[in-house]
Amino acid sequence: MADKIILEVARYSPERDAKPSFQSYEVPVYKEWVVLDALNYIKDQVDGSLTYRWSCRMGICGSCGMMVNGEPKLTCATFLSSYAHNGSKVRVEPLRYFPVVRDLVTELSDFLVKLTKVKPWLIRHDEPPLTQGEFLQTPDQLDRYKQFSMCINCTLCYAACPVVGLDPVFVGPAAIALAQRYNMDSRDQGTEERTAVLAHPEGIWGCTFVGECTRVCPKHVDPAGAIQQYKLKAALDWVKSFVMPGEHKSKDVRSEAAND
Amino acid sequence: MCAVKQPTTRTAPAYTEFHPRWYRPQVSVYWWLFQRQYLKFILRELSSVFVAAFVVITLLQLNALRNGPEAYARFQQWLQTPAAIALNVVSFCFVVFHAITWFNLAPSAMAVRLRGKPLPDFMVAAPNYAVWLVVSGAVAWLVLR
Amino acid sequence: MERQSNEAFFWTLFSAGGVIAAILIPVHIFLFGLAFPLGWLPAPSYEHMMALVRLPVVRIYLFVLCSLPLFHWAHRFRYTLFDGLQVKHLNEVIFTLCYGGAVVGTVLAGYLLWNMG
Repeated sequence: MADKIILEVARYSPERDAKPSFQSYEVPVYKEWVVLDALNYIKDQVDGSLTYRWSCRMGICGSCGMMVNGEPKLTCATFLSSYAHNGSKVRVEPLRYFPVVRDLVTELSDFLVKLTKVKPWLIRHDEPPLTQGEFLQTPDQLDRYKQFSMCINCTLCYAACPVVGLDPVFVGPAAIALAQRYNMDSRDQGTEERTAVLAHPEGIWGCTFVGECTRVCPKHVDPAGAIQQYKLKAALDWVKSFVMPGEHKSKDVRSEAAND
Repeated sequence: MCAVKQPTTRTAPAYTEFHPRWYRPQVSVYWWLFQRQYLKFILRELSSVFVAAFVVITLLQLNALRNGPEAYARFQQWLQTPAAIALNVVSFCFVVFHAITWFNLAPSAMAVRLRGKPLPDFMVAAPNYAVWLVVSGAVAWLVLR
Repeated sequence: MERQSNEAFFWTLFSAGGVIAAILIPVHIFLFGLAFPLGWLPAPSYEHMMALVRLPVVRIYLFVLCSLPLFHWAHRFRYTLFDGLQVKHLNEVIFTLCYGGAVVGTVLAGYLLWNMG
């Protein structure tokens, strides 16, 4: 393992630059250092103007996502040493497909708007009185949505998804997975409300199942699976409404989500 | 084409409405060429072109069959030309690639649960391969009988 | 709402065609495209082929084999053109060409198999 490595960091100053350029920094490599440690080293010791987001440095706040050698990564969970062999360089860029505010900082409001559009919270049509106690859930019912609930909104999946880049109106992997997290929750009654946004050309039908979102997800949420499962369900619902035209489609969407 | 052209900022906080100084990256027309997974994806999608080519050849073959023994023999001769063989070799590789990717992606589209537990992926994919083998054998048996 | 059920319809055709293409087309290409022309296996006679094609079950099978994979192609190819070439503005044209092609192929298959005699 080399004891020094070159970090090529994307720099963009909105006041000075028309487009980003790369600046190289030599940083020491320690076994326990992650890419974020190297960035902190640069900020503290070399160049205080370097701008990036980070907070928890333990893979749960979801703010230190960057492109590391072209791959969307949480820089707090990406070891520097895994890149440090025979004079290799590490290229650090802001997450792909997002507008860049400065250096490695991306603009997230578009994502946040999309996220709220799918109503990722529990929706109840009836509110039973408190005296009835809490909503109980079996381990099975919890298991159905638990995986999708692990999302930390780090937006790595957006940086991995070519459709996000090509089609700015696409709702995107994390938002759809989070919608599914609530659709699959036995306490939720909002499946029907979310359908308008999800079963839409800009929702699930925009996805071409590249599968990269699932591959890069640091929390193993599997957004691609969530989207395909929703597609299959929407297609089956369509077939059902075709075979049994009497039944109202959205009704059995809801009762199914509540029952199974 | 850029990441956020007219972002849906109509409902976003007012302070994000107008930011001319954001750098908005462009997606290259060749985005699918420079990353292994994207290339694999585009090849998977292009396998459909060879699926369509197979259908065209099958329709031509049926037409030849309908036009009598001579027309059918002529068509069989065309199938032996190097061009036809080359097309079929490439087609075969692509449709096998399609079949494998299709079967392997099936588990993520179908969350199959048995007695309240999700089935492991290979348990969902394996039956597909089994059906593939059995059906292929049946078709070959019928044609060769 | 209308558009939504359309997409579900096309996706259903796409995935049905994908299953058919994955399970059936490899063996067909292997037999008729490679094994018979290259002499790896004895090619079936014209009479045997005709006898098979005269069976109504085989005709239905061949109709499904030709039509659904074309809709599978139409779906994938249109998205590949949109995304690969970034030509979303040609949306309607590409859509019409892809599904138009699939419909024409389906009609042709129906015509040929119906008149096989």
